[in-house]
Parts: sequence; C-alpha cells; structure tokens
Amino acid sequence: MPEPQPDEPHVSGGQRATENGAIAATGLDGTMDLATTEGETLEKGLGNADAGGPADKAHSLWSDAWRDLRRNPVFIISALVILFLVVISLWPSLIASGNPLKCDLSKAQEGSQPGHPFGFDGQGCDVYTRTVYGARISISVGVCATLGVALLGSVLGGLAGFFGGMSDSFLSRITDVFFAIPVVLGGLVLLSVVTSNSVWPVIGFMVLLGWPQISRIARGSVITAKQNDYVQAARALGASNSRMLLRHITPNAVAPVIVVATIALGTYIALEATLSYLGVGLKPPSVSWGIDISAASPYIRNAPHALLWPSGALAITVLAFIMLGDAVRDALDPKLR
Amino acid sequence: MGRYVIRRLLQMIPVFVGATLLIFLMVNVMGDPIAGLCGDRECAPATAAQLRREFGLDKPVWQQYLTYMGNVFTGDFGTAFNGQEVTELMASAFPVTIRLTIVAILFEIVIGITLGVVTGLRRGRPVDTGVLLTTLVVISVPTFVTGLLLQLLLGVEWGWISPSVSSDAPFDELIVPGLVLASVSLAYVTRLTRTSIAENARGDYVRTAVAKGLPRHRVIRKHLLRNSLIPVVTFIGTDIGALMGGAIVTERIFNIHGVGYQLYQGILRQNTQTVVGFVTVLVLVFLIANLLVDLLYAVLDPRIRYA
Amino acid sequence: MLLEVRDLRVEFRTRDGIAKAVNGVEYAVDAGQTLAVLGESGSGKSVTAQAIMGILDMPPGRITGGEILFKGRDLLKLKEDERRKVRGAEMAMIFQDALSALNPVLTVGDQLGEMFVVHRGMSKKDARAKAVELMDRVRIPAAKERVRDYPHQFSGGMRQRIMIAMALALEPSLIIADEPTTALDVTVQAQVMDLLAELRRELDMGLILITHDLGVVADVADRIAVMYAGRIVESAPVHDIYKAPAHPYTRGLLDSIPRLDQKGQELYAIKGLPPNLTKIPPGCAFHPRCPMARDVCRTDVPPLYEVTPSDGTRVSACHFWRECLDDRVDGHVNG
Repeated sequence: MPEPQPDEPHVSGGQRATENGAIAATGLDGTMDLATTEGETLEKGLGNADAGGPADKAHSLWSDAWRDLRRNPVFIISALVILFLVVISLWPSLIASGNPLKCDLSKAQEGSQPGHPFGFDGQGCDVYTRTVYGARISISVGVCATLGVALLGSVLGGLAGFFGGMSDSFLSRITDVFFAIPVVLGGLVLLSVVTSNSVWPVIGFMVLLGWPQISRIARGSVITAKQNDYVQAARALGASNSRMLLRHITPNAVAPVIVVATIALGTYIALEATLSYLGVGLKPPSVSWGIDISAASPYIRNAPHALLWPSGALAITVLAFIMLGDAVRDALDPKLR
Repeated sequence: MGRYVIRRLLQMIPVFVGATLLIFLMVNVMGDPIAGLCGDRECAPATAAQLRREFGLDKPVWQQYLTYMGNVFTGDFGTAFNGQEVTELMASAFPVTIRLTIVAILFEIVIGITLGVVTGLRRGRPVDTGVLLTTLVVISVPTFVTGLLLQLLLGVEWGWISPSVSSDAPFDELIVPGLVLASVSLAYVTRLTRTSIAENARGDYVRTAVAKGLPRHRVIRKHLLRNSLIPVVTFIGTDIGALMGGAIVTERIFNIHGVGYQLYQGILRQNTQTVVGFVTVLVLVFLIANLLVDLLYAVLDPRIRYA
Repeated sequence: MLLEVRDLRVEFRTRDGIAKAVNGVEYAVDAGQTLAVLGESGSGKSVTAQAIMGILDMPPGRITGGEILFKGRDLLKLKEDERRKVRGAEMAMIFQDALSALNPVLTVGDQLGEMFVVHRGMSKKDARAKAVELMDRVRIPAAKERVRDYPHQFSGGMRQRIMIAMALALEPSLIIADEPTTALDVTVQAQVMDLLAELRRELDMGLILITHDLGVVADVADRIAVMYAGRIVESAPVHDIYKAPAHPYTRGLLDSIPRLDQKGQELYAIKGLPPNLTKIPPGCAFHPRCPMARDVCRTDVPPLYEVTPSDGTRVSACHFWRECLDDRVDGHVNG
C-alpha cells in the first residue's frame, strides 16, 4: 500500500488533502484556493500530455492555446477589460477630467448630476473621478505583487523541485508554516505598524505571504516535467543541470504558474481592498477602491452610490483577471481539447 | 494507521513552532507590548523598565518565545490590554466564532454541494451556466463588499435581520453573517463539486453501474456521489481552520464579538499577548483540522491506506 | 433469435461536426451462440454494443434509426424503467478494463451483491452470500475472505473474473463482452477467455464478443461479423471466413495475423487509416484503402450481398465479393 510521502508529488490522496488544506489557509476567505487547486489539476494534465514529446511539443501547446484563446469570447472580453483598466490606470485623465482630491463638502452624499454621473461621496468628492483614479493602485498592487510572487515562488519552488532532497523538504516545511497563517491576519499584524503611505509595504507583504502558493505549484510542475521520458533521456545523455532546467523543464513547467498567477492577480487586488477596508493597507489621501468603500460604509444608507460604484469597479476588475486565468487554463488544458 | 498518526503529529511540531514563531516575531515588530498597559498615558520610563523586566521583555526574542510557549502549555496565555486574562477573552470569543463557522460550513455543505451536484449533472444547460456565472461573481466580489451589501439590503432596507449581532450571538442571528463568511468557499465548493461530479459521471464505473440496471437515483447516490464527494469533503474539512482565521472581516461588518473581533482589537491596541495567544490557538485548530482531514481521506477512499 | 439488430444508426455530436459512428448495422445472435464482432477502433463495434445495452452517452450520442429486437421486443421502444430492468438481469456487459469499470470505493462483495438487492430484492446478508457463491464460481480463491476486499486489492486477472461474475450474477440470456482480455497479461488472457467460454456453455447464453484480435475468435466464436466505419462489411460462420474471406477488408485483417508458416515474410498491414467518422468517403467507405477498388466503389454504396454457395447466412458488403472469394481459392495470397 502506498504510504503518503509528503515530499513526493501526487503520491497519494492523503498528500493532496494536505495540499488543499494548506492552501485553504492562505486564501482571502478561500479565494486563492480556486487558483491553486485548479492549477494543480492543470499541471497534472500538462504533465500527461507532454509525457512523450520534446520541447517542440510545448511550443505547439502554446500555439494551440493561443489559437483557442483568440476564439474564446470570455478571453476576448476579459482581455479588453484588463487592457482598458491598464490604460486608465496609466492615464486616468483620458476619461476623467476632474481631480480626485478636489472635494466640496457642501455636495457631500449628493446623487448623480450633470458632469458627475456617479454623484458625490461623504466628503463631497466626485465618485466618478475617484473610481477612475482608484484603478491605478489596484492594478499596480496586483501586477507588482503577482510579479514578485511569481518570480520568488517559481525560482524557489522550481529549484527545490529540481534538486529535491534536503533543500526540498526544508522548503516544503517552510511553505507549510506560511500556509498555517491566515492571510488577512498576517496583513493586519504586519501592516498595522507601517506608517508609510505607499503601495510598497502592501506589495512586500503580499510577496512575503504569497510566494509559497506559487512555489508549491512550480515545484509540483517541475517534478512532473522532470519525470518525463525525454527529460530523463536528456539527463542520460549527459545534459547539464542548467541546460535541462532552461531548455527542457522551464518551458513545460511555466504554464501552470502563469495560470495560477493570473487568477491570483485578481485575488491580490481584492486583498489590497480588504486591507484598506480594515484600515491597514493604504490610507487617505491615497485614492483606492478599498479606502472609498470603507469610507462609504458608515453612511451606506444615505449614499449607497458612493459604495456601489467603487465596489462594482473592484468586482469587475477581479472578475476580469479570474476569467482571464480561467480562459488561459482551459486553453492550456489538453484534456479539454 | 497508528504509526502514520504519530508521524503526522511529529511533522506538525515544526510547522506549529514555525508559524507561532513567525507570528511572535511579526508581533514583536508590531510595536511596544507595554504601550497599552499604563492606560491611555505613556508609561513613565521607570515604570516601563520595570514592566519590561516583569514581562521578560529585556531578554532576547527567542528566550521570550520559549517562556511564552512554556506558559501556554500550562494554560497561561497572559493578560490582555484591559487586564483581563487572555484565556477569558478566548472563552467568550471562541464559542461565538465556532458557532459562526458551523453556520458557514452548513451553508457550504447544503447549498454548495447541492448546487454542485445539480450543475455537474446538467453541464452546459442554462442552470449550469447560470450557477457557474454566479459563482464567478461571488468569488470576484470581496467578502467585505458582499457583507456590506447584504447588511444594507437585508438589515437596513428590508429589515429582515438586525444589522449587527448581539453579544450572545445566537445561531439565528448568525445566519446572514455565516452566509457572508461562507460565500467565497461556497462558490468554490460548488465549482469543485461540479467538476468532480462531471468528471466521475464519465467514469467507467458509473457506466458499469448503469449497465447493471441500477435505478438512476441509486447510480447517483451510491456510485457517483460517494466518489465525487471525496475531494469536496476534504476541502470543507480544511476550510474549517481557514474560516475561523478569516472571520475578521465578517465579524467586523456585523459587529460580532468573536475571535476576529478580539484579534482586531488586539492589533489596534498593540496587545501582543492577545494576538499571539489567539493566533497560536488558530494555528493549532488549522493543523488538527488538516490531520483529521488526512485521516478522513483514508476512510473515504480505500485505495489510500496509511502504513 | 435472441437478439436482432436491424439497420441501427448512431451519431455523435463532436466539435468537428456530426460523427456517424454506426450506419445501419445488422447482426443477430441466437441463444447458445457466440458472435464475434471484429473491427479496428472507431469501427463502431463498441458503440453498437452500448446502444444494445442502452448505456450510450446521450448526449452527445443519438440513435437515429433502426431496431434492437431482444426476445422479440424492440428495446428502443421500451420506457427507460422497463429498459433498466432488462439491463443486468437479461443482458449484461463485461468491460475491457476492470480496474476502472469497478467502483474503487465499494467492496467487490457490495458490487456483486447489489445485483441481487436491486433486481431480486434480496437482503444485504443474502446478497453477500450470493456474492461469495459467484466468486467461487469464477474460481477466485478464498472467496469468503476476499468478498470484503476492494477492487484495487485484486490482480488484473482476478478483477476481470469479478467483472465476469457480475455479468453472470442473474444468469442473463445475453452477455456482451467488450474486449474482455485486452487489458490483461498474455498468460492470463487465455485463462479468462476459457472461463468465459465455459460459463457461457454451462448457462447456454448468447455471447457477443467484441474484439480486434482474430486469434481469440477462432476458438470460441460460431459466427463473425466484421465492422468497418460503422457498417457490417462481412458476416459469416467462423470457418467460412477463415477459409476464404468475401471482403477485402476481412482479408486484410486475416493477412495481418502473424503466421508460423510465413516466417521471414514482412507482416501485412492494411494501408492507410480508418476514415474520419465526420467525413466518411462516398460509395464504399473502404475504397480508399482497398487494393481492388474500382470506379463503382467510389460512387455506389455496396448493399449486403448474399454470398453463395453457403447456407444463406453469409453476407458481404463488397461489389466484387466473388472475385475476393476466388482470389483466395486460387491460392493467391495478397501480402
């Protein structure tokens, strides 16, 4: 009977259960589980599909995926939404002429009127302008945190998976430790002392607590790729470690990381807003959807629009990234083809 | 089996130590543990020094950690900012959060699994597409937004519930907060169940069951569900720990005086003892829940047997 | 006749269009008779079997025409509930891969006993006793102890015996075995096949044996039906076919069996690939691969010609069946 070996990939259901469980703990009330577990399935699927082929198989996987994506309306819509968000976060003045910090208390909580389609918030600031400008923080936090997490996580996880042994066991224990700490709680503790009002502490915290998620995925897919016959053959032919990692393993291991990272990007945006809502993320005068939602919540009854518009923008942004990740996963999953 | 349990228990130790140490260090960075102890004023330097000695804060961090953990294992979690024993706070907070978690888990089981089974059996039909889209939306809207909106609609506009939960927090007042807490996991359980059902429904053994001439309900109940729900049950099991630790937002919205509320207060008031104490217990709950899920897995899936 | 399939047609909706998996299949099995259905994968042999059992995945599958007469009743006209009572009790199926075909989380005793609980209304305890009896019957050692084991705890051969036991449980009058030995080690294949043949004789059942392995067929089958692209291309008593095939496809299959008396010769293989079922060639579906194809084969679908001289039970779907037959009689071996 198989005995579960926590350091071997996918040996048994027992180990899988632990992985799921561990992942559950990182989630923003569970959000990230989606990404991780679906990434795992994908990684297994990819492992199977690539089992026979050399690197050009990975190439055709990507071109097939791209062909699928171009025909997928979900991908097109979410990609367009994301493109739009990126553009307005770079040049918000393109569609909003006002100043998000220029507020007029006499107009506080007023509803929609000409030139101010979303009305005014509790401070009399224009909700439309603030919602447009809020995209910048959300997008930059999401993108930077994801890049950091993906880089750190895949390097650590990939190396651990490739070399195995002691370093791998050590890393697995470390990730276990991080998974045991609820994310929102960790954010509260760490960020409550930060006085600087910039996005970097928030991003730094997300990278610090987020990397184990990617490292686990990267480790798993590297181990799967390593076991492929053609990689074993390359090793038997005396390929060097660095050559194997770069030429044979990375191209095959990178797909699950990309999928999980895309979905995670959405959850980081939600996490930033949650932390700002709890008062430990960014603080005014920064313009962030989380801050605006938090500020609007006490007078939700009189001016629900001040809460609904930034909430809607936040939800659409997160949704766009999750759907993009979903579409990419479907395209990369050879089982569906 | 026994040996496996022991090995798993031993494996839990480094994770427990690591997680609590990490939190201990983080809290130490967080601020001055004695800041809140002299009421609202700053402590006089002499008093401060004396307090530091008293709490062992002049010693290196690792020694403080060892002393703290030593105390914890004798049941002494220290004192909270208002002079209350941390254990007293726990005694009042944990039952509330446990009730909240139970409500949330029940939602996951009843609604999540039902929707997942229904959609998994009707893939591609309108019901399926509708539920799938809804789950995506629920996942995308952060919990605090869901919570605020439900509070606004049900509590303020329609008056179906009281917008904030009373301090006893009986089950009936926790229904909506429990739903909010569960929402994202609920969507996830639905998707997981759906995928699992749809995958298993194509399985050879399900075809065998049909070929045996079993009635459809028996094929679904006895053959399909039993297999499909294994990953779902393990997910829900591990979610217990995550829900208890993740209740901060929900408890803040509905003003529930549970674990999340106490933690939030502890962090705001920079009270080390409260924060470390609660987190220690949460980490323990998480680890034990994981262990139980692993063992449960072996019961549910006979192919897994632990040596 | 125990079972008669008439002009059966099945389609599948796929991403690339409608795949015509079964296009007017006709065959019949009598009680006590073994019919071997031969064909490459994708020839529609398994789909036909699933249609007979009523376990087609619908959708994407759809039965577009034909009749399946079982003991005189058209199964396709029965209500699902009546149909269900036929499955398992009057006709049963043995699947290729017993490991995936058995439920991994239920004991074999539960899975065998379930037949008696559902169809015969037995108590769980009596059903368990019956399960042990069945396991004894298919010669699983220590049946009494092993009845509580799970499928993964058995060897491949033993698992396939359990599959057989499950099919035989209610002593049905028809068994459909879909490549019952393909997944097994060669050494075990013969044992399992012998057991199946022996039990079939004992219970005087009809057997449809689906296979792509001509070697197995000669020993156990009474008749052979060869399928290609969802049609029967030749159907005949087993000896007739081995003596002289009346269809070039059958001949290709026979010639591709390795033979001791042709040592050193290159093994024959039918050129080309089976057709894409969404784009079946016009005329005779086999013509692009046929060594004797002529113009008429590209335009006219061959009907099932009665092959003579024979006792009237031999048919071939080749315009030139006579030439094909003579070819072999002349001793000319294509290869």
